[in-house]
Formats: sequence, C-alpha cells, structure tokens
Amino acid sequence: MATVTKEQIQERVVEALASFGPDASQITPDATFEELDIDSLDLVELAQIVEDEYGVVLKGEDMKELKTVGDAVELISQRAA
Amino acid sequence: MKRRVVITGIGAVSPLGVGARPLHEEWAKGRVGIEDGAGWCRSFEPSEHLSIKEIRRLDRFAQLAAVASDEAMAQAGWGSNGDSPYDPLRVGCIVATGIGGIATVEQNLFTMRDRGAARVSPLGIPMYMPNAAAAAVSMRHGLRGQMYGVVSACSGGAHALGSALRMIQYGDADAAVAGGSEATLTEFGFACFNSMQALSETGVSRPFDRRRDGFVMGEGAGLLVLEELESARARGATILGELAGYGATADAHHLTAPEPSGTAAARAVSLALEDAGVETDGVSYINAHGTSTQLNDAAETHALKRAFGDEQAHKIPISSTKSTIGHLLGAAGAVEAVATVQVLGTGLIPPTLGYEEPDPDCDLDYVPGETRRLVPVNGGPPAAVSNSFAFGGHNVSLVLRGAE
Repeated sequence: MATVTKEQIQERVVEALASFGPDASQITPDATFEELDIDSLDLVELAQIVEDEYGVVLKGEDMKELKTVGDAVELISQRAA
Repeated sequence: MKRRVVITGIGAVSPLGVGARPLHEEWAKGRVGIEDGAGWCRSFEPSEHLSIKEIRRLDRFAQLAAVASDEAMAQAGWGSNGDSPYDPLRVGCIVATGIGGIATVEQNLFTMRDRGAARVSPLGIPMYMPNAAAAAVSMRHGLRGQMYGVVSACSGGAHALGSALRMIQYGDADAAVAGGSEATLTEFGFACFNSMQALSETGVSRPFDRRRDGFVMGEGAGLLVLEELESARARGATILGELAGYGATADAHHLTAPEPSGTAAARAVSLALEDAGVETDGVSYINAHGTSTQLNDAAETHALKRAFGDEQAHKIPISSTKSTIGHLLGAAGAVEAVATVQVLGTGLIPPTLGYEEPDPDCDLDYVPGETRRLVPVNGGPPAAVSNSFAFGGHNVSLVLRGAE
C-alpha cells in the first residue's frame, strides 16, 4: 500500500465526519467528538471506513480514548505508518 | 370513572402529499394517489424536514413519523423540545408499524453478503427496530411518559391510538402523541407481498367493487395529538374532535385470512361503540378497512351487518381511504383516523374511488362516485367508526366524534 500522509488521513476523517452531520468547518483537530455530536455509533462507522481505506483496525478500546478529531487522526496515522 | 380524550392535532404524510390537508382535500376531489402500482410519498423530501444526522439515523418509516408528528404537534400548539403544556413525564407516545425498517434490513443484508459481517452498520438495529419511529418522535419532542411501538400488522395504527386512549382515559397520562408509520415499498417488500398473492395484479385499489383483485401497497405516516378533555379546555386548545371509543378482538382463525362471518370483527365494533356510549343508530359515517381484497371486503361487510344490524348497516355511508392512497399497513389505521377527523370536521365524505360494479357479497352504501355531505344522524356532534383488521387476525375499531 502506498504511504499515506497525515494530511490525507486528516482530510478523509473530516470528510467522513461531515457525512455524519456536523458542518465541515466545525471539524478542526481540536474539536471534540462531544462538541460535534459524534457518538460511539458514529465512531464505529468511522472505524469501518478507516479499515477499508488504510487497513487500520480500530477496536472499541482504541476508540474510547479518543476525545478530539486530532486524537483520531494521530492514532490512525501511527497505525498506518 | 374514565376520562374523555380529545384530538388537538393531526399530521400526515401520504401519497396525496406532505400534510394532513391534502389527504382529505385531494381525496374529496377524487384524486388517486397511486402511481406505478403503489402509493408512494413522492412529494416527501427528507432534507426539507430533517437534519443530515436525523436522515442518516432514521429509516424512512421513522422519518415519515417524525415529520407527521411535527405537523400534529404544531397544530396542537405545543412547542418542541419538551416545551409542552403538560409535564413531559405525563405525555405518552405510541407509534405503530407493520414491518419496521425493512429498507435498512435489506441494505445491511446486501452489505453483509458482499463485504462481510464486520461491515454491517452499527446503525442497523436502531434504525430497523419496529419501535424506532416511537423513539424518534419521543426524542424529537421530549415526550417522557410511556413510549413504545405497537406491532399488529395492518391494525397497528388503530391499536396505537386505542392504547393511547386507554392511557389517558385511566389516568396513566394526560396527553399522548400516537399513530403509525410504514415504508415498505422496497424490492424485498414487494417480493414478499407479491408471493402471498395479496397485491392487486391490476394495480387498482377498488374496495368493495366486484372486480377487486387485491390491495395496493402504500407508504406514509399519521400522527395525532390526544389530550384529556378538561386539560385541553383549560388551556384553551382548539379541539378537532374526540377519540371516543376503542374496541379490539382477535379472530383466532387463520394467519392471513379474515374469519368469514366477521363475528370477532363485529365484536370489536360493538365494544368501541359501547366504550364511546354511542348507539348503533348514532353513527353518521364509517371509514372502512376496505382493502380491495376479495376476503376482507366481504368479511368486513358481514361484520358491519352483525354489529349494526342489517337494516341499520344499509343506512350508514361507508368509504375506504385505501381507494385513494392504497394500504399503508401499520400506518393505515392512523392515517385513516386522521381522514375520519377531517370528514367529521368538514362534513364532507369522500367516495370509495373506483367503486363501480356492485358485488352481491358487498351490498352496503360505499359512497360511489362523488364526495357527499355528511348528514349527522343524532343531535350532537356526529360520530364515526374507523375499522382496521390485520394479518394475524387482529380486529380494531375506533369511534371518533366531531368537535362540540
């Protein structure tokens, strides 16, 4: 698999989260999932997308630690590297 | 002592349009909402009413219920988000469906077959569960009393209204939002009903006509706001009518066919009349279940003769809403209750559309041809009966009365 950059992951995560409801402009690295009204069901969907795109498997316990969009991008980037 | 229950808001999404108003107006004009073999809600565009998040998280049947509930509650003059004239914990919410979120089931089944079990959506269950419409309405409006879905196929909407009526009559709640919702017009939905040979091959819904050859499926939702009479009066609510009586029985006969003599169905009608304190000669209109199947329409005719007596049954005008919108399954009883409230409110009885050739087994007055003026047969506000019968042998009858 070609190497993906953190920027590419960030872009894909923002796109996925925007499709769940929040306005794309609100989805900054510092934005918390709570602020964005993104719940555990949305995060399972995000994990499915991430696995399809980058082959990164995120389990429930991984997701529990995530508070912000930046946290998610960071975790995915580490695992994808 | 049971309390009286009035209707202060009605909402509908039907093949005749988004809103309760077109349901009665268009039907009274003689318009048939059935196209290409089904009653589609073609003017319903979810994004005009719901956020991206709501659309993604609600199957179509729950979307339809949410939108119908908005209309009903706005008409009742209730604010949203729990800003109701009642303690939210004293407001019930019961929404029926015959099938639930079948489109969601279908999509996820395809996903599982194509891409594996791990790719099934985490939203699958909360979207297709049959109580999802009730949950959506409750959450949307902050209703925190008893809340559940009712599942009894094509009588669900009427069961929901009956259950809500009892809840308020006996003091478990002071108000309720109740009705039914259905969105079964999917490949799998058509396949299943077709293989039963329940659907009309001609694609024409013509209840009670000799040529009737099955029902035509439709989608939509009907929701009503019910309030305890004295509380509604005290807050100065506009009262549209009264949900006066409810009766329900079972055939215990066959999985899909009605019991031909209509004995148990007649008993449901009698119980509803008794609950409402209405005599058999006090009914000015009957909104029939009238599905356009050979078996239902004949059995319903027998049931009405049993309940009212042969002579009296011939005097009451009977029409079927399914002649214009098709059969909305679990939403039917609720949408038809909305239409019945409108008949009583406007004094206009729309006809059984498509009814032209009498059947010896169906010899009552099915209001052929044109819309007819309702003639109140008693002194006070006119009373009407609305029937719902279902696969499984469910029989439900509601009695509604016009506003005083």
